[in-house]
Amino acid sequence: MTATLAALVLLPAVGAAVLLVSGRRADRVAGPLAIAVTGVAVALAALVAAGRPSVSMPFLGIVDGGDLRLVVDGLSAVLVVLVAGIALLVTVFAVADLPGDAARARFFGLLLLFVAAMLATVTAATLPALLLAWEVMGATSYALIGFRWDQPGKLAAGTRAFVTTRAGDLGLYVAAGAALAATGSLVLADLGAAAGGWADVAAAGVLVAALGKSAQLPFSAWLSAAMQGPSPVSALLHSATMVAAGGYLLLRMQPLLAATGWAATAAAWAGALTALVLGAVAVAQSDLKQLLAASTAAQVGFVVLGAGVGATAGGTAQLVGHAAVKAGLFVAAGAWLSALGTKQLAGLRGAARRYPGIGAAATVAALALAGVPPLSLWATKDEVLAGVQGTALTVVGFAAAVVSAVYAGKILAVVLARPTGEEVLDEEEPGTRQVPLRTRTVAGVLAVFAAGLGVLALPTVTDALKTVLDAEDEPSPGLGDLLLSGALAVAVLTLTVLGSRARPAVGRALERSPVAAWAGLGHLLSPRPALAVARVLAALDDRGIDRVVRAAGSAARQVARLAARADDGGIDRAVTAVAAGTRRVAAASARTDAGLVDGAVRATARAFGRAGDAARRPQTGLLHQYYAQTTAGLGFLLVLLLVVRR
Amino acid sequence: MLLTVVIFLPLLAAAVLLAAPRLTGRAAIGLWIATSAADLVLVGWMWWRFEPGTDASGVVDGLAYEADLQWIPTVDAGYHVGVDGLSLPLLALTGVLFLACAVYSLREPDRPRTYAALFLFLQTACLGTFAALDLILFFVFFDLTIVGMYFVIAGWGHGNARRSALKFFLYTFIGSLALLVGFIGLFLGSEERTFDMVALAANPPLADSPVAGGLVLLAIGLGLAVKTPLFPFHTWLPDAHTDAPAAGSAVLAGVLLKLGTYGFVRIAMPILPDAWQRWAMVAVVVGVISVLWGAFVALAQTDVKRMIAYTSVNHMGYVLLGLGAAGLVAAADEGARTVATVGAMYQMVSHGLLTGALFLLSGWLWSRGHTYAFDRWGGLARPAPVFAACLAVAAFGSLGLPGFSGFIAEFQVFTGALQASPVATVIAVVGILVTAGLFLLALQRLLTGDTVAPGGTDGDREADADRTGEAPAPAVGGGATAVVAEARTAPRVGDLRGHELISVVPLLALAVVLGLFPRVLLDVLEPAAVAVVELAAR
Repeated sequence: MTATLAALVLLPAVGAAVLLVSGRRADRVAGPLAIAVTGVAVALAALVAAGRPSVSMPFLGIVDGGDLRLVVDGLSAVLVVLVAGIALLVTVFAVADLPGDAARARFFGLLLLFVAAMLATVTAATLPALLLAWEVMGATSYALIGFRWDQPGKLAAGTRAFVTTRAGDLGLYVAAGAALAATGSLVLADLGAAAGGWADVAAAGVLVAALGKSAQLPFSAWLSAAMQGPSPVSALLHSATMVAAGGYLLLRMQPLLAATGWAATAAAWAGALTALVLGAVAVAQSDLKQLLAASTAAQVGFVVLGAGVGATAGGTAQLVGHAAVKAGLFVAAGAWLSALGTKQLAGLRGAARRYPGIGAAATVAALALAGVPPLSLWATKDEVLAGVQGTALTVVGFAAAVVSAVYAGKILAVVLARPTGEEVLDEEEPGTRQVPLRTRTVAGVLAVFAAGLGVLALPTVTDALKTVLDAEDEPSPGLGDLLLSGALAVAVLTLTVLGSRARPAVGRALERSPVAAWAGLGHLLSPRPALAVARVLAALDDRGIDRVVRAAGSAARQVARLAARADDGGIDRAVTAVAAGTRRVAAASARTDAGLVDGAVRATARAFGRAGDAARRPQTGLLHQYYAQTTAGLGFLLVLLLVVRR
Repeated sequence: MLLTVVIFLPLLAAAVLLAAPRLTGRAAIGLWIATSAADLVLVGWMWWRFEPGTDASGVVDGLAYEADLQWIPTVDAGYHVGVDGLSLPLLALTGVLFLACAVYSLREPDRPRTYAALFLFLQTACLGTFAALDLILFFVFFDLTIVGMYFVIAGWGHGNARRSALKFFLYTFIGSLALLVGFIGLFLGSEERTFDMVALAANPPLADSPVAGGLVLLAIGLGLAVKTPLFPFHTWLPDAHTDAPAAGSAVLAGVLLKLGTYGFVRIAMPILPDAWQRWAMVAVVVGVISVLWGAFVALAQTDVKRMIAYTSVNHMGYVLLGLGAAGLVAAADEGARTVATVGAMYQMVSHGLLTGALFLLSGWLWSRGHTYAFDRWGGLARPAPVFAACLAVAAFGSLGLPGFSGFIAEFQVFTGALQASPVATVIAVVGILVTAGLFLLALQRLLTGDTVAPGGTDGDREADADRTGEAPAPAVGGGATAVVAEARTAPRVGDLRGHELISVVPLLALAVVLGLFPRVLLDVLEPAAVAVVELAAR
């Protein structure tokens, strides 16, 4: 059984890897392979839903809960079946709907990866497992939305979706840290027991992540951009996966939200307000897919509301019912887009009459969306609202339910009208003017579920669901509530259909109002502030820090130049001066030498020479002169003797 | 002995290459590839035989493949090398990246023999730094990497290569001098007067003199911060990367930056535990600023390589955040601190693989159009789908998508650091959002829209010249101008070629393997991280 659970996630993942690596060579087998894989996944999902296994793969270490652990409990059991089922139906639709020349291997590879990630998300029992699946899902949604990247704006829409949801995902990173700080483990189930400030941090992180993924306020606008994706992608992302994941996470973490007190209330209000505001946005749309996108956020708002008020069974039921309804409507919208080449409501006038098969399915789904009894969302929405306490929240919840009847009525008023023959067709792409049998079948199956899940209004069925989900003590709506809301839905729906026929100007005025532009929510997600900050910092980096570095470099050169100058002008000059001085001293001493010392020597020599000359003079060689000299000498001696003796 | 062979085998090959001037270019590159491959096999063998231990192991005990020879006995500096859970992953990363660069450079036209020799020299220096267990040995190898990289950038770079190389050299060299001052401080502060890292870590110096310890940590921290690089010492990085050849950038970002962060784990934390604890908050703050600064400045870049360079600042910031948090002993329990440290160490390997791949891919842009400017390229997914796929995968890996190694690193850094410094961590988490935005924006600019490519490409020109060469002689002149005109109006860009693909894909595949089966690396890393955390908490 463990292997079954592992296979449930790994089979689509491996199939995806094979298709993505093979590239266009696998285009021809991609569709059938994807159908086979998702088909097997449905069977595996049913098995694990019955067997409730768990599986673990070693991943991170050091602390408990670092492993990749998948566990199937009641909530997971419901969701794996739902996800696998919708995935199979959407895959069948995609095989029929994609144009012949599309890169099918890439498409179905990404689709399978996306499904694997969603299946892992709804079974993850540890934070690493959850975050891994959660973010891979976001990234694949980027690639799926931007599937037709060569058309302008498509990839940008994917970027918008991914960056917005990742802004929410940051909450999960923080929540993981808080979980570790609070409980010392990364096991999701332990988090419910967390207390203190870390529990608040964790709850806040989970809440932000879920609101981002589920396109709740204030993150809703990415859903509008996500409509750039191919129709099958819209059908998958906005029904059982992606947006559903946020709702699922809040249902799963309900104990944590409740433990903090404020987080549950915040979730409830975020859900209720989204249901109301995005409902109003949906009413103001003139494009069917945009309308459906806004209504998705609004309907998932009821799931979030359910998680907030502790109505997990109601929230889960709403999640399941909405998945069937919305998948059906997106399949219909996609089929009409392929057949008629437009998704503008003006062009889709009478679309249900042109193609009665898919039209019938869409009508059923839209009636369910309106909350008309005895269809699915009528029952599930009341199940959620039964858990709501407090007047203000109840009023907002009921108002949101009324609004959903309005936008559903708007769809029905258009597609069920008699075509005038003046509709603008092929506005966005050349239509094929046919709806393939497989598409009709898929839409039919989804319509059956959209209608059939109305059995959730029966107390026995609801109680069974509550047993599965371990939520026995949650309140259920009374018969009166059910009848009242059903009557209200029918009345509002009728009024809308009649009103839009009688006074079409009201609808057109709405479509021109700011609400139609998603109430300006897109501005909240604008990347402009970040880009401005980036430019400022980059300028600072270049002109501030780097300039300091360069200044330091040139300062060093300046110092070097100064030193060189000091070297040349100071030290070297001193050295030169010393040398010159020495030379001057030397010259002076040389002069002294030559003038004085040498002069004296030469004078002495000259004196001696002269004395020599003088001494030579008496030596004449004449005897008489020698006698005279001797006589003079002796006389001198005699005188000297006489002087000395005396 | 085996470790010594691993370290010096590339140097030996480099010597052979320099001694054989008559070797052809292809043969030289072939020898380079063979040597790098052999070295990687040896590292793989070391990994295979390595016993990581179960508890705390590494840094002061459990060192494998140790060799300890006397070198400068008067100051007790020796040739002491060894391998533990800290160094082994980085040795392996070095082996992988250099092999990838070797394969990538298969068709290097410019002085291939010297180029190969230089890279082999650089590989020895990098391996030596990671294996060194002696501060002086570490310093010598550390500086040799700077020298080697200087010549790679100056000799084989483009644009303003000389200037960038000089800036790189001077900046990091001054940093390494600060490092040397710190090492001398450690030597003087140690009781047994040694440069041996193991002895120093076992008996940390300056434990009872906070001022001296702080100053020594400041010197070491400055030196490593320049190399890592951390804000505000990062401005050499974009210039060096932009002007370096692709393989040089890959090694610079993939391996050389890790020398800085590795120094923090190997030297600063275990040897100066007291000072590290005291100043851990500074590391956290610098890390967070680097994270945000790198991310935002990268977002504003108009040049692919500069953008990738700034994301390196961002990614290295996470490492510092994790290591800083590991020092905040009083604020977090040991489990959380260990998780943060493991994340930081994982980031080193992960960043090496992914940024290495990104830089090699950006080399494709240069070789086809001689520019990295975003506005000169567009719609590349049409003519070059394989390049587009590789770039997309590398970008998603680099933005930290789960399933890639970056997630394992960043998730653990955030998870472990939150308890120690909640505010800083929450601010740092924003970094992964900005990197997501900037990489997706880059993909959008480069891969989608109308196909734009600057002028004709080298390969195409050669091919066209061959074709016109066969034409009768008088037509050659006219043919050549026609080729240029045609190239300008209708750019034809070839997809990734075989050797480029073979060098990039394994890096990406490894990043995926490490992202999905992190135990491969964690089994080695975790005991060492536990040891570092214990040592740093003394």
